Amino acid sequence: MAGIEESHHGKGQGVERGSDVWARLRRFTPARIGLGRVGGSLPTQALLDFELAHARARDAVHAVFDADLLARDLRDSGFGESLVVASQARDRMEYLLRPDLGRALDEESREQLKDLRKGGCDLTVVIADGLSAVAPARHAVPLLREVLPELRENVTVVVANYGRVALGDEIGEILGAPAVVVLIGERPGLSSPDSLGIYLTWAPRVGRTDAERNCISNVRPEGLAYPEAAKRLVYLLGEARRLQMSGVALKDDSEGSSNPRLKSETWGTQS
Amino acid sequence: MTYSITQNGRTHSFAGLKTLLAKATPARSGDALAGIAAENEEERALARMALAQVPLARFLEEILIPYEEDEITRLIVDTHDAKAFAPISGMTVGEFREWLLDPATDIETLERGAPGITPEMAAAVSKLMRNQDLILASQKCRVVTRFRNTLGLPGRLSVRLQPNHPTDDVRGIAASMLEGLLYGCGDAVIGVNPASDSMQGVTRLLEMMNAFRERYEVPTQTCVLAHVTNTLRAMERGAPVDLVFQSIGGTEQTNRSFGVSLALLEEARAGALELKRGTVGDNVMYFETGQGSALSAGAHAGVDQQTCEARAYAVARHFKPLLVNTVVGFIGPEYLLDGKQIIRAGLEDHFCGKLLGLPMGCDVCYTNHAEADQDDMDTLLTLLAVAGVNFVMGVPGADDVMLNYQSTSFHDALYARSALGLRRAPEFEVWLERMGICNERGDLLGASAERRLLPGASEWLG
Repeated sequence: MAGIEESHHGKGQGVERGSDVWARLRRFTPARIGLGRVGGSLPTQALLDFELAHARARDAVHAVFDADLLARDLRDSGFGESLVVASQARDRMEYLLRPDLGRALDEESREQLKDLRKGGCDLTVVIADGLSAVAPARHAVPLLREVLPELRENVTVVVANYGRVALGDEIGEILGAPAVVVLIGERPGLSSPDSLGIYLTWAPRVGRTDAERNCISNVRPEGLAYPEAAKRLVYLLGEARRLQMSGVALKDDSEGSSNPRLKSETWGTQS
Repeated sequence: MTYSITQNGRTHSFAGLKTLLAKATPARSGDALAGIAAENEEERALARMALAQVPLARFLEEILIPYEEDEITRLIVDTHDAKAFAPISGMTVGEFREWLLDPATDIETLERGAPGITPEMAAAVSKLMRNQDLILASQKCRVVTRFRNTLGLPGRLSVRLQPNHPTDDVRGIAASMLEGLLYGCGDAVIGVNPASDSMQGVTRLLEMMNAFRERYEVPTQTCVLAHVTNTLRAMERGAPVDLVFQSIGGTEQTNRSFGVSLALLEEARAGALELKRGTVGDNVMYFETGQGSALSAGAHAGVDQQTCEARAYAVARHFKPLLVNTVVGFIGPEYLLDGKQIIRAGLEDHFCGKLLGLPMGCDVCYTNHAEADQDDMDTLLTLLAVAGVNFVMGVPGADDVMLNYQSTSFHDALYARSALGLRRAPEFEVWLERMGICNERGDLLGASAERRLLPGASEWLG
């Protein structure tokens, strides 16, 4: 506990310090246990730690997504040219308040995608900012490095500004892709401002519901690591192709984390 | 029917009760998203004036969602108690507000009146009430429920201990449970949201939490907040299920999107009652709700989100729950934009639920994409504690590391107790003193309790 006392607790009188047992128990969970207390209140350092985490999560929500930079990263990493598109949301606040606009392409993007359609593709990957622009900026390229070598498909990559999950349906539909995979920033948690979500939809078209998708959540080095996430995605893609469908009927037997409050109850704010 | 109000020689009309209710609602992003909110502040104020003149009896005639199409409407209409309604049947919504605030209207009057009040009436009057009105009227509602302890008594505040873990790690959950108990939390329920909804996972958690509770003989109930169908299966397999949990909404279609119906909830309740696990009572249901769920499911039928929420309480009260929790700020800023809207919604939900006779608790919470912070949560927690909320959440450090949002912490509960002199459930209080966690005044004793409890947890914590 000595180390914890130094880093987490003030030197104030009356601080109820936990015994060293809490240092041990903290290994079992990322939850904020063993913070100590002053009377019933938080010690100063714990209070400040929380505020820093919240500040980071807030910054992640409002961070500007540099789609062009990501497109350059993709090219430099050998994934070829990707198209940059945008939803109908015009700024971050409108994006947050109008999920319907984040699910629809703006007119210019529609035209660009129609031109691109002529090449045809087997799989469309859409990379979107979602609720954390930090997440795709950090994790999209390293994740694709694990995924793409495993696939034989002719893959088209699209980078989308102010996109929700369902934007992938319209993109995939215009491109005539049999499947779309959306890599998108998840709602940032206090301890995970950069969590990436992966959504797979077979036969994408406007109007698909969340029940028709498969989700792999919490992709980041401290959560679900790239190789494991890639393995699950490749498995799901194979199953989707075999069954010609995606969604609840397609079970991820690798004990994926499906959060009932967020998904089955459509309380998810991603889509 | 059209509702009109004349001001300064100009007449403003509202086409139907549904429209009037939506436009009279205090501003919130979800109603704007649905395209049903007032056009401007003046229209909102005029809608309230028009609403104040509507007779309560009108709500029994003009049905918002057709009887033939919605089983919740049928439930509301078919179970309405005309005798309980009689004393208020001649009032308008505006008069109803004054009656609620009248000191002559006491706890017993409201208790008797609850079966005569429909969710739509509760929602309507709440739209005319300021925050202080909502608090004052809530204080006059007493809803006491029992399973292994007694919840909702005056001067008491209980806590749901919420030991969530991102991968359902048993040791991680046990560590959070242990600390929560050492902070005197967990009298409402020890309830975990499972990260994985797999049967195996749910059963494992049910068994661990039950063994943990039995080891220390804690007078409380445990719950895994899995889908009701999984809880049914768990009961069939003989797993130790105290409470049946389910999220519910205020329209049939919302509940269908949650994969539930009234019949399914009835079946689950019957199953839990049969287990006879409660020692001091048989309230076996635990419901969660939240404004915006109907719109989120595309199932609001043009009804504003606060009225939809009140309709969910009609579902809840039919099943005599132990706990009803409005998860107020969880859904995000497209439904409740900021601290102001979350605080308002929390007070409305608590009031409407209590008025309808429900044991209301509140997950005082926000997400990181909402314009809110801990100060807003302190405000709502304080207001609800003053209003007499039955229970709040206890999450380690207020940070739910599985659901990625911020709720109230073990520390926050201690703050509310200390600021307002609120005590825990009586049976739990006795237990805390016996375990050396608290003294007879309910104050935490400190490290000595830790030494006493830890050895018993070695099975889970090594």
